[in-house]
Amino acid sequence: MSIKSSLILREVCKVIIPAVVLFALYVQFHGDYGPGGGFQAGVIFAAAVILYTLVHGRDKAQRILPAKIIRVFVALGLLLYAGVGVAAMLMGGNFLDYNVLLHTNQHAQHLGIFLIELGVGITVAAVMIIIFYSLDEFTE
Amino acid sequence: MDIETIVNISLLTLLALTAIMLVRLQNLLAVALLSGIYSLLSAGLFVSLDAVDVAFTEAAVGAGLTTVLLLGAIAVTGREHSVSRHSNILPLVVISITAAALIYGTLDMPIFGDPTAPIHVHVAPRYLNQSGEEIGIPNVVTSVLASYRGYDTLGEVTVVFTAAIGVLLLLGKPNKNRDSNKK
Repeated sequence: MSIKSSLILREVCKVIIPAVVLFALYVQFHGDYGPGGGFQAGVIFAAAVILYTLVHGRDKAQRILPAKIIRVFVALGLLLYAGVGVAAMLMGGNFLDYNVLLHTNQHAQHLGIFLIELGVGITVAAVMIIIFYSLDEFTE
Repeated sequence: MDIETIVNISLLTLLALTAIMLVRLQNLLAVALLSGIYSLLSAGLFVSLDAVDVAFTEAAVGAGLTTVLLLGAIAVTGREHSVSRHSNILPLVVISITAAALIYGTLDMPIFGDPTAPIHVHVAPRYLNQSGEEIGIPNVVTSVLASYRGYDTLGEVTVVFTAAIGVLLLLGKPNKNRDSNKK
């Protein structure tokens, strides 16, 4: 599916991709204050990688983000999410009860939400990228 | 008519038009692009309903990534919709009955925006009134999604994870045999 890319396409991507990645990080970590969160951030990040793959081809993209590593991240995000739940249990609370993670409830809630949103973001981004890689590989 | 009503009516009209076009088109490439447009229009509708988080997701997933993935799927399967030679009567009857049942189901729903609707008097007041104190972050949607309903969100992430496993099982080739398979 990789487009035999023109100079214009490559140069435009050079400008767009860093901005998209930055926006994904903003959406990820600003989800407590504005619209957004892990799901949206993961998809936006994946969109940046997919754009890169479309323009430069899968080989070049996989030199930066190999499918092997992405596959690990698919599980890692979910494990981080569930891990926060298990950690809360080990610290004497219920599953996913963040209040026991730190001494004050609000700080603990912040930490818990930060971590599980990160888990969501990692898994969603990795899933989208790996699905695209697979489709790309399949069409060859 | 205020501006919001006009925006809503035009968005809903465009949604209906897009849906009709989606059903009638034979070219799957155009269908994929139109479904992206459908998602974008839905996102606009969610914004006008003040559901910015949902709109954000719809725009990013529906209008953005799904279109790319659908185009990828079309590249694998072919661009033209094969016209079926079966008669259309049975599907029409099934769809009519289903639609009638669904519309019947909406009859005893509370009217749109009714403040006494069950959904507005159950847990929503607690989320809106207490989340500032209990969770302490300004975006109530994130409080509900990540804390009050954290268990549900874990389920959602598991669904996304399962989807990836499904795709990998269907399309992915094991690393070792990749080269020998190709040649």
